[in-house]
Amino acid sequence: MLDLHGYGPRLLEGSLLTLELALLSLLLAVLLGLLSASAKLSSSRILRGIAHVYTLVIRGVPDLVLMLLLFYGGQIGINMATDWIYSEFDVDIFININAFVAGVVTIGIIFGAYMSETFRGAFLAVDEGLLEAGRAYGMRPWAVFRHIRFPLMMRHALPGLGNNWMVLLKTTALVSIIGLSDMVKVAAEATKATHEPFLFMIPVALGYLLIASVSEWCFMKLRQRFDIGFSSGGSSWNN
Amino acid sequence: MEQLSTLWQPVLSWMNGNDIFTPNTFEMYWSGLVNTVHLVFVSLVIGLIIAVPLAIARGSSNLWIRKPVWFFTYLFRGTPLLIQLYLAYYGFAFIPGIQDTWLWFFLEDPIYPALLAFTLNTAAYTTEIFHGAIQSTPRGEIEAARAYGMNRFTMLRRIVLPSAFRRALPAYGNEVIFMLHASAIAFVVSITDLTGAAYYIYARFYAPFAAFLFVAVLYMALSFSIQGLFKYLEKRLLGHLKPQS
Repeated sequence: MLDLHGYGPRLLEGSLLTLELALLSLLLAVLLGLLSASAKLSSSRILRGIAHVYTLVIRGVPDLVLMLLLFYGGQIGINMATDWIYSEFDVDIFININAFVAGVVTIGIIFGAYMSETFRGAFLAVDEGLLEAGRAYGMRPWAVFRHIRFPLMMRHALPGLGNNWMVLLKTTALVSIIGLSDMVKVAAEATKATHEPFLFMIPVALGYLLIASVSEWCFMKLRQRFDIGFSSGGSSWNN
Repeated sequence: MEQLSTLWQPVLSWMNGNDIFTPNTFEMYWSGLVNTVHLVFVSLVIGLIIAVPLAIARGSSNLWIRKPVWFFTYLFRGTPLLIQLYLAYYGFAFIPGIQDTWLWFFLEDPIYPALLAFTLNTAAYTTEIFHGAIQSTPRGEIEAARAYGMNRFTMLRRIVLPSAFRRALPAYGNEVIFMLHASAIAFVVSITDLTGAAYYIYARFYAPFAAFLFVAVLYMALSFSIQGLFKYLEKRLLGHLKPQS
């Protein structure tokens, strides 16, 4: 019963792939989100325009369509580019887009757009005077970001970040459609072979709920960490 | 009439000049669009009808009413829609002997399992949205209703629900767009929705950009019209909550 017709180990491997994919896409999404949030607040009109078009397009198009476009179109696009390089410079390059890279890049790009809104609000919530004080101490822009802006803005960004992570986790299920063997794909294959959908789909659903619960706990810990020094954290006298 | 045909001439010759954007493929895209809109609209309407009583039950003071509803929304919001779709699609189809019963009429067509999964999913999200809106009803409104001697049902019908619906409007607009985007997975259970049409045309002509970029633009147009509609509704229904200048 527990070995699930021999699919147990493969399901476990699939869940590891889901986790890996989700964490890597989260990393990319946070980076893109920070970049485009900075672009939205920058004084350059071009940067602001690019960042706004980016979020507008991502909000209007389904994740799956973007994923299919990147997975099937990306390969052709890269082939065209490498063919052109070959004919112009006689340099032969071969780049293969595999489903994993396509999945990470697509999910990263999609959630980068959602993160940028979260981070934009959080950037604005940091008191300008604190940043000015940092500059007055002679800190370089990077030091101001790392020591003042980032720790203070994370407090405001964490709730939105947590929500985005929960949605991102569920979005990773879509990579099974472009052929990646995550836990949904393994379960779908097993279902087709054995005709027992509940035996495979319900453990996978529980897997998602488990990851969600664990990450909720992590976010609670992170929130406590970034709330240090603010009255809302823990047992202060004015609560 | 003469003028019209000269106007159409370049369009027609362009359509004859390429393989991908022909009247034939446009027909496919059109039926895909109809399927997508049909699927999304029906599941949203039924989901909304289910969500209203569930949202009221979700805030009940009785533990045995409140907890099951919470569990339902927790399950459907915590797992991917794709799993729910697979469960609805395969879950019934593989029951032995089901092909001989009258139920097979519904299960033969993948649209019914897909509708079931989408409806329950959107019902779970909408329940939480409405629950939040009901919880945030200003105390004063409830006190005023009590002072008028309204019973619980009248209060719900006349005071709590109308004001909660208005406050839920922005979040519900997001849910509608989310549902439109989520419906793209319907093509994995062999429904030719908009994404399914694009996938077919990609596979037939090996033209990913023409196929997927085109439907991406169509989805974008649909999303922005929905957004515009909800902006208009908000302006009409939430005007009294705007800060007065």
